[in-house]
Amino acid sequence: MSDASTGALSQVLTRHADEVRTAWLDAAAAELHGRSSRGELDREQTEIFEALVGGLADGGTTLRDAAFDQLRGILADVSAARARLGYTPRETAMAVFALKEGLYALVSDASVRTDITSLLRLVDDLGLYTFEAFAEAREAIITEQSEQLLELSTPVVKIWDGVVAVPLVGTLDSARTQVVMEKLLNTLVETGSEHAIIDITGVPAVDTQVAQHLFKTVVAARLMGAQCTISGIRPQIAQTIVSLGIEFGDIRTRASLADALLDALESGGRSAAEVTG
Amino acid sequence: MTTVAPTTTQRLEVRGDADVVRVRQLVRGVAQEARLSLVVQTKLVTAASELARNTLVHGGGGHVTVELVTEGARTGVRAVFADDGPGIADLDLALTDGWTSGGGLGLGLSGSRRLVERFSIDSAPGAGTRVEIVTWSR
Repeated sequence: MSDASTGALSQVLTRHADEVRTAWLDAAAAELHGRSSRGELDREQTEIFEALVGGLADGGTTLRDAAFDQLRGILADVSAARARLGYTPRETAMAVFALKEGLYALVSDASVRTDITSLLRLVDDLGLYTFEAFAEAREAIITEQSEQLLELSTPVVKIWDGVVAVPLVGTLDSARTQVVMEKLLNTLVETGSEHAIIDITGVPAVDTQVAQHLFKTVVAARLMGAQCTISGIRPQIAQTIVSLGIEFGDIRTRASLADALLDALESGGRSAAEVTG
Repeated sequence: MTTVAPTTTQRLEVRGDADVVRVRQLVRGVAQEARLSLVVQTKLVTAASELARNTLVHGGGGHVTVELVTEGARTGVRAVFADDGPGIADLDLALTDGWTSGGGLGLGLSGSRRLVERFSIDSAPGAGTRVEIVTWSR
């Protein structure tokens, strides 16, 4: 038996549309029980099915052919939507692979004489394409989220008249440092503050790279005429910094944010009594 | 010397900045398992961070193996950082405080040595670099 022409395949699919679609829908609905309604799946499958039949009628043999442009577009949309809705890769790919159940029904149907092997192969391709599109959409979501997180995780807050603070939490890499530095410098100008406190209580490890990033931020703040204090130096971090040999030089450091604040207020000409009382 | 029996070995590839974070988390986890004190843990994690970054920046990437080791009643953590990069021509110079080949502080390698109990480095030009560190619980 030689491979059937794409035209013949398209005709077989059209003739047995109901049979194939029902088996496909049943298999997909069983896999996605509860996540998608039958109606939704049916709409999706109608689009995919029509694009597939149309592509075959136009002589498409592999998914890369121009005849399947529309089909690829639909698959990419469906996969991206699934990725955003939190479907698992399996659930996403199964919605397409379930089409094979419909095709197997054709194989066991004695009235169908056409060899559908190439069609089965095409469905495998569709499944893989769905998978790739899903992974791409997920990557895009992750990148988007990490960018959002970068913004979220670096608040610069005014904690007193003339004093702004940046509580740093997590890993301090070059990208974060850049964001922190920009935000801090802008806030210093906007609020007309003279004191900046960088609190590192939430930074799990201070290695040479983190220290270097901190130094740069402090130097930049100083260039703008602000006094900069690094607070939140926990005992284990202090001991590690000493062993590592990092010199903080004339950079002011304090154990807690409260100490740093008090310090900033006092150097601002207010007495401790005035501040605390 | 008594035999040092590793109990579990975990391996991580170091190919990007995110991997340095992963190494740090892995080492912290194993250090907690080995019941290291908070200060010793922090020192070890910081050393691992430095060495993993060296693997990435100077070695062009490589891999890290971390294992929990026992010696009699003591437990400890051993970590090995290996790369197939250009290697280090002058080890004494590289281990000097403040000497840097890039724009860093020049304390990564020399500082790491002070942060752990045992530190050994094996490197030659063109032969890559292998750094082994061990820290024990008290």
